[in-house]
Amino acid sequence: MPAEVNKSLAPASKPKFWNDPDKRAIIFQILIVTMVVAFVAHIVNNALTNLETRGITTGFGFLTQTSGFDILLTLIPYDATYSFGRTFLVGLFNTLLVSFLGVALATILGFVLGVARLSNNWLISKAAMCYVETFRNIPLLLQIFFWYVAVLGPLPSPRQSIELGSAFINNRGFYIPSPVLEAGFWFVVIAFFVAIGACIYLSRWNHKRQDATGQQFPVFWASVGLLIGIPLVVYFLAGSPMTWDYPALKGFNFKGGAVIIPELMALLLALSIYTAAFIAEIVRSGIEAVSKGQTEASHALGVSNGRTLQLVVIPQALRVIIPPLTSQYLNLIKNSSLATAIGYPDLVSVFMGTTLNQTGQAIEIILMTMAVYLTISLLVSLLMNWYNKRMALVER
Amino acid sequence: MIINDDKLPDLPPPPSTVGVIGWLRTNLFSSWLNSLLTVIVGYLLVINLVPLIDWAFLTSDWIGETREDCTSGGACWVFISVRLDQFIYGFYPEELYWRINTMYVIGVILITALIIESTPKKPLIAAFTLIIFPIIAFYLLYGGAFGLEVVETHKWGGLTLTLVLACVGIVASLPFGVLLALGRRSEMPIVRSLCTAFIEVWRGVPLISVLFMASVMLPLFVSGETHMDKLVRALIGITMFQSAYMAEVIRGGLQAIPKGQYEAAMALGLNYWKSMGLIILPQALKLMIPGIVNTFIALFKDTSLVLIIGLFDLLAIVQAALSDPKWLGYSVEGYVFVAFVFWVFCFGMSRYSQGLEKKLHTGHGAR
Repeated sequence: MPAEVNKSLAPASKPKFWNDPDKRAIIFQILIVTMVVAFVAHIVNNALTNLETRGITTGFGFLTQTSGFDILLTLIPYDATYSFGRTFLVGLFNTLLVSFLGVALATILGFVLGVARLSNNWLISKAAMCYVETFRNIPLLLQIFFWYVAVLGPLPSPRQSIELGSAFINNRGFYIPSPVLEAGFWFVVIAFFVAIGACIYLSRWNHKRQDATGQQFPVFWASVGLLIGIPLVVYFLAGSPMTWDYPALKGFNFKGGAVIIPELMALLLALSIYTAAFIAEIVRSGIEAVSKGQTEASHALGVSNGRTLQLVVIPQALRVIIPPLTSQYLNLIKNSSLATAIGYPDLVSVFMGTTLNQTGQAIEIILMTMAVYLTISLLVSLLMNWYNKRMALVER
Repeated sequence: MIINDDKLPDLPPPPSTVGVIGWLRTNLFSSWLNSLLTVIVGYLLVINLVPLIDWAFLTSDWIGETREDCTSGGACWVFISVRLDQFIYGFYPEELYWRINTMYVIGVILITALIIESTPKKPLIAAFTLIIFPIIAFYLLYGGAFGLEVVETHKWGGLTLTLVLACVGIVASLPFGVLLALGRRSEMPIVRSLCTAFIEVWRGVPLISVLFMASVMLPLFVSGETHMDKLVRALIGITMFQSAYMAEVIRGGLQAIPKGQYEAAMALGLNYWKSMGLIILPQALKLMIPGIVNTFIALFKDTSLVLIIGLFDLLAIVQAALSDPKWLGYSVEGYVFVAFVFWVFCFGMSRYSQGLEKKLHTGHGAR
C-alpha cells in the first residue's frame, strides 16, 4: 500500500517506481488486460470443449440451411423452404415494423398526455396523471398479456366478426381494406416527392424574405396545401390508378384486404400505452422547464398564444425533452423483444427462439441478435443526437 | 377638512368566483373549449369507470372455495383468495412457510428503520441490510445449515421469487456498479474504455436476450462438470445487466460532487481509494438513492421477464394458474391482481424516491 510507504518524512531523492502514479497506472492496466484476456481465453476454451462433447459445429454455416418452418407475419417473401438467414431478416423486419409503429403511436399519445397533464382543466390534468401513474407502474409483460389474453382473446370468431364499415375485427385479427396500386401510381409518388422539394424551397424563400423585408408568409398552410394538392391533382390526371381490395368472408376466414394480426395489435397497444406514460412525464417536465418569464415576455411583445407556444415555448422545451425521449425510444425498441412471450414473430422470437431450438447454435445466434440490437441502439442515438444538435442553443 | 373615519365595509367577492361554483368555473369551465373537454372527458370516464367499479367491487364475489361460489356476475376474487398462498410462496413446502415469513418480517423491520428519518445509527443498519441480511435470508430460504431443511430453488416461486430476483439483482449490482462507474471516470485509457464498452453493450441489448444468454450460453462457458442452477444463472444475467445501469446512476452521482471535494481530498494527501471511500462516495451515495430506487423499480418490473426462461415468478405462477381447468376464464381477475401487487410496490417506491429527491434538492448547490 503506497500510503504506508509514504510515512517517513525523510526527503526521498528519487521516488521508487511503484510510487510514480504514471508507472503504477501502466502496471495496473497491464494487469487488468492480462486478467481480461485470461478470462476470455478460459471461457472460449470451455465453450469449445463443451461444444465438441455435445457434437455441435461452430460457425455461421447454418444460415444457409433450409429453415423448415413457417412464420405468421412476413414483410418479405418467405416460406419453409427459405434459409435460416432469411428467417433472420424476416424477424429483423418484424422487429423494425413494430418498433417504428410503436414509436410513432407512443410519441403522439405521450405528447397529448403530457400537454393534458399541464392543462388548467382540473379533470383533464387529473385524468392524465392517473393514466401516467397507473400504466408506468405495471410491468410491460403483464400489459402485453392483458391485451392479448384478456382483451383480444375473447373476440368473436370470423363468422361473428364485429363490423366497422368495411373493416372487421375478430379473433384472427383486424381486417382492413388494402390499396391496390396500378401502373400509373408512380406518377403520384413522384408528385409527392416534388411537393416535398417545393416545401423545402418555400421555407428557404420565406426565411430569406423575412430576413430582408420582415414580411411573413404562411409557410405551414401552404406546405400542407402543396403536400396534399399536388399528389391529388396528379392522381386524378393519371386516371385514379388505385383501387381498394376489400376483405370478405370466404369459408371460415376472411380473404382479401390487409390484416393486422392480434399479436401485433396486443404488442403495439401495450408498447405504446406503456411508453406513452413515460413520454408524457418527459414532455411535462420539458414544458415546465421553460420559465414563465419567457411566455410573459412573448405576450408582452404582442405575440399571440399559439405563436408563443410555437416560437418560444416548444423550441426551448424540445431541448430538455429530446435526450430522455431518445432513451425512451431505445427502451421501446428493446422492449419490443417481449413479443416472444405472445408469439409475435420478431427477431428474438423467430431467431433466438425457434432457430436456436432447431440448430443449437446458441453462441452465434445470441451474439448476432445482441449485435442487431446494439446497432439499432447506436443508429437511433446517432440520429437523435444529430437532431438534438440542430435544436440545441446556438451560443455565440 | 373632512375626515371620514367610517370606512365602507369590504364588499363580498362575486358569488361566481368563490365556493364550489367559483372552483368549477376556474378549474372546469373556464372557456367554451374547456367546458367541452370537461363534458367529453367526464362522459368517457363515467361510462368506463362505473361498470369497472361495479365489476370489481359491487357485484363481485370474495368468499368461497370453488368457482361455483362466483354467482354475482362480477369479478370472481375467490380465484385469487383460494390460491393466494401459492401466489406468495410458490411451490415452497407448506409447513416451512414460517421461514419465508420470518425473512419478510426481518426485511420489513430493516427497511422501515431505514425509511424513518429519525432512526439512530442508520449507516450501521444499512450495512447490516446490505451485507448480513442477504446471508440470513439465504439460509432461511434455502436452508442447509443450522438444522434447516434444504428447499431446492425450483420450488421457489410467486411473489417471493420476484422479490428475491429484484433484491439480489440490486444488491449484487451495487459493488459492480461502483467499480464500473469509477472505471469509466478513471484517467487510465484502457480501464476507461473497457468499462465504457461493458456498460454500453449491456445497456444496448434487451434484458430478454441477456436472460436467454444466461440460460443457454452460460452453461457452455463453465467447464463440463459444474452444474449451474437455473435461478443462479438468471441472477448472474440480471446482475450483469443491472450493474451497467447502476454504474450510470453512480456516475451521475459522482459528477454531482463539486470538483473542490476531489481537490481537497488530494490536497490532504489521501490516495485514490481513500479519497473515493472517505470523501467522494459517502457524499455521492446519498445523492444517488433516488436514482437507485428508480432503477430498482425498473428492475422490479423487469423481473417478470424470467417467465420466458421458465422460472415461476408472480406473473408466471398466476399465468400457470389461469390454465387450470377448474378455473378457466378468470384471466382478467388474475392479471388485475398481479397488476395491483406490482403497482402497489412500484408506486410506493416512486413516491418515496420523489420525496427524497425533493428533500435532497434543497441546500445541495452542487453541479
